[in-house]
Amino acid sequence: MPSERHLILKNIRKPGYSTDIECYLRHGGYQALRKALALQPVAQPDGTAIGPKEQIRREVEISGLRGRGGAGFSCGMKWSLVDRKSGKPIYLVCNADESEPGTFKDRQIIHRDPHQLIEGMIIACYANDVHLAFIYIRGEFIEGARILERALEEARAAGFLGRNILGTGYDLDIYIHRGAGAYICGEETGLIESLEGKRPYPRIKPPYFPAVLGLYQCPTIVNNVETLCAVKHIVDMGGAEYARLGTPDNTGTRLVCISGHVKRPGCYEIEVGKVTFRDLIFDEAFGGGLHDARQLKAIIPGGVSAKVFRAGEKVRVTKRAADGKMFETEMDVLDLPYDFTSVSAAGSMSGSGAIIVLDDSADMVEVLANISEFFAHESCGQCTPCREGSLWMAKILRRLAKGNGQPADLALLLSVADQIPGGRTICAFGEACSWPVQSLLVKFGDEFRAKVQATADKRPDRAFAEVQ
Amino acid sequence: MSWALPKEVEEKVDSLVGRYPQPRSAVVMVLHALQEHFGCISPEAIEWTARKLGLRPINVLELVTFYPMFRREPFGRFHLRICRTLSCALAGSHQLHRHICERLGLNPEKPGPQTSADGLFTVEFVECLASCGTAPVIMCNETQHEQMTIEQVDKLLDECRCKCRTERQGGLAAEHGFEP
Ligand SMILES: Cc1cc2nc3c(=O)[nH]c(=O)nc-3n(C[C@H](O)[C@H](O)[C@H](O)COP(=O)(O)O)c2cc1C
Ligand code: SF4
Ligand code: FES
Repeated sequence: MPSERHLILKNIRKPGYSTDIECYLRHGGYQALRKALALQPVAQPDGTAIGPKEQIRREVEISGLRGRGGAGFSCGMKWSLVDRKSGKPIYLVCNADESEPGTFKDRQIIHRDPHQLIEGMIIACYANDVHLAFIYIRGEFIEGARILERALEEARAAGFLGRNILGTGYDLDIYIHRGAGAYICGEETGLIESLEGKRPYPRIKPPYFPAVLGLYQCPTIVNNVETLCAVKHIVDMGGAEYARLGTPDNTGTRLVCISGHVKRPGCYEIEVGKVTFRDLIFDEAFGGGLHDARQLKAIIPGGVSAKVFRAGEKVRVTKRAADGKMFETEMDVLDLPYDFTSVSAAGSMSGSGAIIVLDDSADMVEVLANISEFFAHESCGQCTPCREGSLWMAKILRRLAKGNGQPADLALLLSVADQIPGGRTICAFGEACSWPVQSLLVKFGDEFRAKVQATADKRPDRAFAEVQ
Repeated sequence: MSWALPKEVEEKVDSLVGRYPQPRSAVVMVLHALQEHFGCISPEAIEWTARKLGLRPINVLELVTFYPMFRREPFGRFHLRICRTLSCALAGSHQLHRHICERLGLNPEKPGPQTSADGLFTVEFVECLASCGTAPVIMCNETQHEQMTIEQVDKLLDECRCKCRTERQGGLAAEHGFEP
């Protein structure tokens, strides 16, 4: 029986649980921070000692935690890349921009358990010698920003933030910084530019790897809300224990957001890799199945930037046998475990953990037109292929959806989509806007062709000039 | 009318600026504070912000034009943000948008925010509000309304109208620029 596994949502799901600090403390809050701050140097056989901060960083490395913001990059590795020798201050920014369509997990944490995030952040800051950190929260989370402001004040009053935290001599301040409605602020270097008070134009990597040249050209860690909460649990239970949850390359628990055509849309916490798409969509513990008499048509597995899966599609993945050997196998996409590795092996990504389910009532031309409209609106405009391409794709799709398309449009659409990715743009938005177009055109090509054909049948005399 | 900033707002701005190692970082937070107070970002607000943070006005203007949440004209008393993106669209947000526009005498096909003739409502399509599990969602000013239906939308519009009438009696009409 597949079921949820609660770590991050544990308290949130308790009836009567509230956002104030007393409630958090009653539920064991800030114990992990106390534990972290009380760590003592551990002597090594060779006479050296490992300091408390390095111990925490090692636990995070051992835990195998992968970032929950989208790319699934190892958190321990990210922290190990931080330039600690530059003599410049190190900053940490919590990415609470949550704007990938389909994603609504960070909101749950911010609105219902803000202290969990703050505790995770303080630990992460302590482990990385950070004395000033920011929570970059999307502008529309007005209520969320207020809840966090209050929680930060409570934490300050209780001595968990500010000067000389809990008498240890460690100083840290965390401030809220609000965005103002632009998706690109979620991209970490765009976020940093935005936090510097400039337009959120993503920076070119190299040289601008945040771990070396981030905020104010200082080493900077950008982590997602959920990642920072996981850090708290890793310190709580130990990295090795955390790594026992999930599967070897995909440890711990993960929040999955299910929306679209299911009976029970919502945010669920799973052991990574222990639950399949079939469970997530059809099981009573999760999505609860489709609406009556509906058939599954497509799955968007990781936010609208991800390549789409067609229902019934067979995917090839590499698996590890009991004897440790790797072997390739083919399976129905529904049997694919939900984790970073399996979903990317199957040709897409689990991204921000957002699954959008589409049943046979969905018009795929409309769906893609909707997705492309989003990207056309959100491109920051720095790179020509992305700025122009996203707009062209949206325009072509709009006319296709309205029944004004013509046969050449499909090839044109694909050619535009193919010319954006592949290192031609500054940030991954370029890939993100073309993946849905490429995958839908291939997997649902019939539907697109039928739409064009229907238009041609209706209006055989139509001239190109009419198309708009 | 001369442009003046009340002391409380300026104090708030000063405390915001104090959070950052570099004053320029505060610009979006300052603009939020000014927009909350004045209802929009005027040329005077841009000049003032630039002076306050030691920037050129263009450095501020380029942010006002980039970020969708900043506006240069005042909005209606009630700002309705309707989510346009996929999960909400699948749950009928476009029908809700059309219905609202028709009820308020606005053109549902016109892009960008539109304000009703009585100045009460500004209606705008926005991108995913990170609440896709309770689609379709609409924000009315700062409050989010989830799993909206046509009936609930009608009720919301009526409530807004009603609230406005009580406000007028309380003498708030002038403040919001309403003619009785
Ligand atoms: C276009 C774009 C949008 C992104 N939006 C978000 C976002 O809204 N929230 C987020 O946490 N990460 C987002 N990311 C990923 C961040 O760049 C970054 O990888 C992440 O915050 C790192 O945190 P993590 O290592 O904890 O996952 C986005 C990336 C791109 C390319
Ligand atoms: S790829 Fe698109 S979003 Fe990214 S920097 Fe270039 S124009 Fe901006
Ligand atoms: S699609 Fe509307 S809230 Fe996400």
